[in-house]
Amino acid sequence: MKTIQRIKYNNSSWLGRCRKDLSRNKGAYIMVIPVILFYFLFHYKPMYGALIAFKDYSPRLGFAGSAWVGLKNFNDFFSSPDFARLLRNTIVISGTNLIFAFPAPIILALFLNEMSSLKLKRMVQTASYLPHFISLVVVCGMIKTFVGADGIIGILVGYFRGKTVNLLTEQDLFLPIYVISDIWQGVGWESIIYLAALSAVDVEQYEAAEIDGAGRMARMLHITIPSIQMTVITMLILRVGRLMNLGYEKIILLYNPAIYETSDVISSYVYRMGFETQNWGYSTAVGLFNSVINLVLLLAANLFSRKTTGNSIW
Amino acid sequence: MKGRKINKGIADKAFSFVNTVVMLVLALIMFYPLWYVLVASLSNAMELVKYRGILVYPLDFTLDAYKMAFQNPLLLRSYGNTLFVVIVGVIINLLMTSFGAYFLSRKGIMFQKPIMIMIVITMFFSGGMIPFYFSVRDLGLDGSLWSLILPSAISTFNLIIMKTAFMAVPLSLEESARLDGANDPTVLFCVILPLTKATFAVIGLYYAVSHWNAWFHAMLFLDERTKYPLQLLLREILIQNNVSDMADTGNYTELGFISETIKYAIIIIATAPILCIYPFIQKYFTAGVMIGAVKE
Repeated sequence: MKTIQRIKYNNSSWLGRCRKDLSRNKGAYIMVIPVILFYFLFHYKPMYGALIAFKDYSPRLGFAGSAWVGLKNFNDFFSSPDFARLLRNTIVISGTNLIFAFPAPIILALFLNEMSSLKLKRMVQTASYLPHFISLVVVCGMIKTFVGADGIIGILVGYFRGKTVNLLTEQDLFLPIYVISDIWQGVGWESIIYLAALSAVDVEQYEAAEIDGAGRMARMLHITIPSIQMTVITMLILRVGRLMNLGYEKIILLYNPAIYETSDVISSYVYRMGFETQNWGYSTAVGLFNSVINLVLLLAANLFSRKTTGNSIW
Repeated sequence: MKGRKINKGIADKAFSFVNTVVMLVLALIMFYPLWYVLVASLSNAMELVKYRGILVYPLDFTLDAYKMAFQNPLLLRSYGNTLFVVIVGVIINLLMTSFGAYFLSRKGIMFQKPIMIMIVITMFFSGGMIPFYFSVRDLGLDGSLWSLILPSAISTFNLIIMKTAFMAVPLSLEESARLDGANDPTVLFCVILPLTKATFAVIGLYYAVSHWNAWFHAMLFLDERTKYPLQLLLREILIQNNVSDMADTGNYTELGFISETIKYAIIIIATAPILCIYPFIQKYFTAGVMIGAVKE
């Protein structure tokens, strides 16, 4: 094996092999050119552009004309009064979402799996997948109208509390509104992957357990749950890796200055500092900080997974 | 699951019954917000504002809200913009994604691995929102609908799904086509595409839905309201509560009332296309999640 390889290497130089490869796969290389161009223009150029995090950037002076300021933008962020609030909100909203929105689809899948009528099961599935396809703008518009002072939920909550107000102006209520609507929109769709894992369980196992006298709950505990364990762990790791990567779109659509204290997160702050106050270098620095944390979290979660379960996401 | 009828105890039956009821109630709760929007959009605005309780059917059925909504010239305009972005966008998406997937799925290409690594890195790290904005602006795309199409020409996740599907196509088919003198585009479109039609359909639908629902890039790059896609107009109306040019009844209180039902009508108008195709494509979406779950 080794000798054959050596002979090949001796016969043609690296450049020679390149030329041969290029001529043999010319068509494929031509086809990949626009793809590479795309990644270069819209992914790698912004990565290079992120260097303005180390500059006092002004679009008028351009990238080359703006002065380097070292870590000033980062220091400004870490010492600003916003830092603690943003970090806290990001972790609290993301963490609460992890605690409630992560198990919800698993539970839904487990109980859907126990439904004996296929027709009814399909009906429930259809209803639960539907919200996933509704645009975020519409979902947030619905939330805003429903929890407003004369919206259906606003009235309902006001009935118990004796006063009706727009619930989105109350600091304490942003978190439950965010998490509950997230569960509503995502629970059905996310249950698909668990349902698939469940459908792979061997029916004979259930029958054997039934003959041995195992009840419904016992079967769920000892057969069903262990069989989806791996899927659950993989999904959990992916989720933990995205902990700091809280989407800004929903936050930007829902929050307002009255509740910034509990709803402003790092990514929405990046947006505001950039596009509203034109503090480009600073907001890029904050965004870069968030990207790096995300990367570290993901690598750590993956390493942990590989060490403990032998599962790696790549 | 079908063979599980042996020996069902009473406890088992009770569990089944309770479970089914709970699931159906849950489905109803999931579905009700959408039903509410539909019913409210068909109700009389004055009645709706006065009404307290669970709404099951339209109050004093009327299509006024829809008539008012369609009076807004921007609504149809933005509908057209969105349709343009969806149609042109999906064509470009599918071309670019299949080109990339073709390159990455062929055997024996020297620079395949480094290019794959270059692509996968972008899934885990990005320069962030601000540098992305400047990159698009530097290309002069801002202010045009192309800023919604080109920067999202490929979703890496979809690219990997397609690559996985292409790799499942037997190599012998490609080889025999090549013996017949087929070049690379012919192999892609005449050999691989017919065998991976389902994947093309699923990924095309994924792209279409994401274009239909996108708003954030439009907010960043578009200033002129005549260029607004539907979702950005919706944001103005639903989130920023700007209904002033929705209706000119002259009477402010009346406008205040009707604006509520107009909002609901607009939600329905904007969501109807997705709701209409949803039942037909549901099984494909599910299949798509499964393909995505398969590790490369």
